Amino acid sequence: MRAVGNVPASPRFAPTILDWRRGEEEMKVHRIYALVARHLYLYRRSLPRIMEIFYWPFLDLVIWGFITVYLMKFQGQIPGAVTFFLGALILWDVLFRSQQGITISFLEEIWARNLMNLFASPLKPSEFLAATMVMSVFKVLAVSVVMVVCAGLFYSYNIFVVGMWLVPFVLNLVMTGWIIGVLTTALIMRFGQEAEVLAWSMVFLFQPISCVFYPMEVLPGWLQVIAWMNPAAHVFEGMRAVLNTSAEPIIHLGWATGLNLLFLGMVIAAFHWMFELCRERGLLVRIGE
Amino acid sequence: MSTPVLHVQHLVKRFGEFVAVSDISFDIRPGEILGLLGPNGAGKTTTIQMLLGVVTPTAGSIHMFGLDLAANREVILQQVNFSSTYVSLPQALTVEENLWVIARLYGLSHIQERVDDIVKRLEMGEFRHKVTRKLSSGQSTRLGLAKAFLTEPKILFLDEPTASLDPDIAQKIRSFLREERRSSGLSVLYTSHNMHEMEEMSDRIIFLQRGKIVAEGTAQEIVARFGQADLEEVFVKLAREK
Repeated sequence: MRAVGNVPASPRFAPTILDWRRGEEEMKVHRIYALVARHLYLYRRSLPRIMEIFYWPFLDLVIWGFITVYLMKFQGQIPGAVTFFLGALILWDVLFRSQQGITISFLEEIWARNLMNLFASPLKPSEFLAATMVMSVFKVLAVSVVMVVCAGLFYSYNIFVVGMWLVPFVLNLVMTGWIIGVLTTALIMRFGQEAEVLAWSMVFLFQPISCVFYPMEVLPGWLQVIAWMNPAAHVFEGMRAVLNTSAEPIIHLGWATGLNLLFLGMVIAAFHWMFELCRERGLLVRIGE
Repeated sequence: MSTPVLHVQHLVKRFGEFVAVSDISFDIRPGEILGLLGPNGAGKTTTIQMLLGVVTPTAGSIHMFGLDLAANREVILQQVNFSSTYVSLPQALTVEENLWVIARLYGLSHIQERVDDIVKRLEMGEFRHKVTRKLSSGQSTRLGLAKAFLTEPKILFLDEPTASLDPDIAQKIRSFLREERRSSGLSVLYTSHNMHEMEEMSDRIIFLQRGKIVAEGTAQEIVARFGQADLEEVFVKLAREK
């Protein structure tokens, strides 16, 4: 960064386009760290926030765990049901918490009326997004540990039965969560607090076409075409393939990764466009008022 | 005459049909305190928001330190800060946690030393470990100022910094600002509805009305030009003009 500690001789100095681009491209780790620290401070003394991470996943696990125990009686009719339902539930929560990590971090800034402090600083929108993504990874890790341990303790369920494929599955679901999270954040930024409900509801719009608990083939033909465009559906299809037939889900992972990268690029571009639109319309400083 | 640290030219902001700021131009020189005066809705806050880069101007240009804000946002905002009675820091964090976050955001070094120093200078020691939501309005205002001064800005935008403060604390804040200006050459854009404070603090005053500059000069020059007894009477006269 150029030093501007002293006033330059000419007030008419015109920076080049190159200067602007160089400045925009560089993300500063200290600013991302500042935002992550700001959010982690919140969890130091906030029981409701800690509950929000652990309570719902735990409740989901208890309910679906009992359903799975019930389904065990029909194991012959539904092959792999036991391993599948709890695994699907844990992986769905990875996606959900990944999305929440981004959107709730943004909502925390609205609730605290802190957006002006942040965006009147050198912080870039890309750094803001990067910090929310780091927070989302923290949330996913916390929730996953709780669910995997509880599933093991209460139902003797081992998620690692999926094998090494679990790693790319989880990474892809985290990315899908980011896509939905960034999209939701952009919409809340544009439409204000009245769109806040999207933070909790948007992800469920994608659940039917993610084929979490059922195979894609049960969907009507036209919906299968839409589901095929959803990276999460490929992850869950891939998981079923591994559990049912021990087949290698390379094609599904390829689709999931490709679609994730494409959509992530698109929603990040949309977020930046929306950010500029909000600055233009003065919405950035009015959110939460 | 010294080179201005802030140079605003033909600045315009429209929200649809509504013109919030209408073709204003002004400068701030190094070490100068410029008062921005005007009734509610005159365009003061919108002007400050444009200077801070959170609202995009419809037309015109903003240069700070000789650089165009539109093209050098990051570099310029590193040297600029603000404090407003109407903007708070996260309420769930303690005073010290908030200052640490700001210090990291601006990439400061020796953070603990700087935090200790600003806490001492603004007499915040007794509530530095308190959660922000539990602060009194006077303590919150001091936290806002601490946040602004922590980064050692070259230009500071203060939106009603002494609103809601008792006279004793307000006086201390004004003394602190004068001392900062004297010791560091800080330039300040200052808004207030307290006319006596404006007269006391400002080297020059710009009077905004319906988005336009209707008067500019020292407090004495403005009072003399409008043939009134003091700045408060000028304010009332201009604010009531159609």
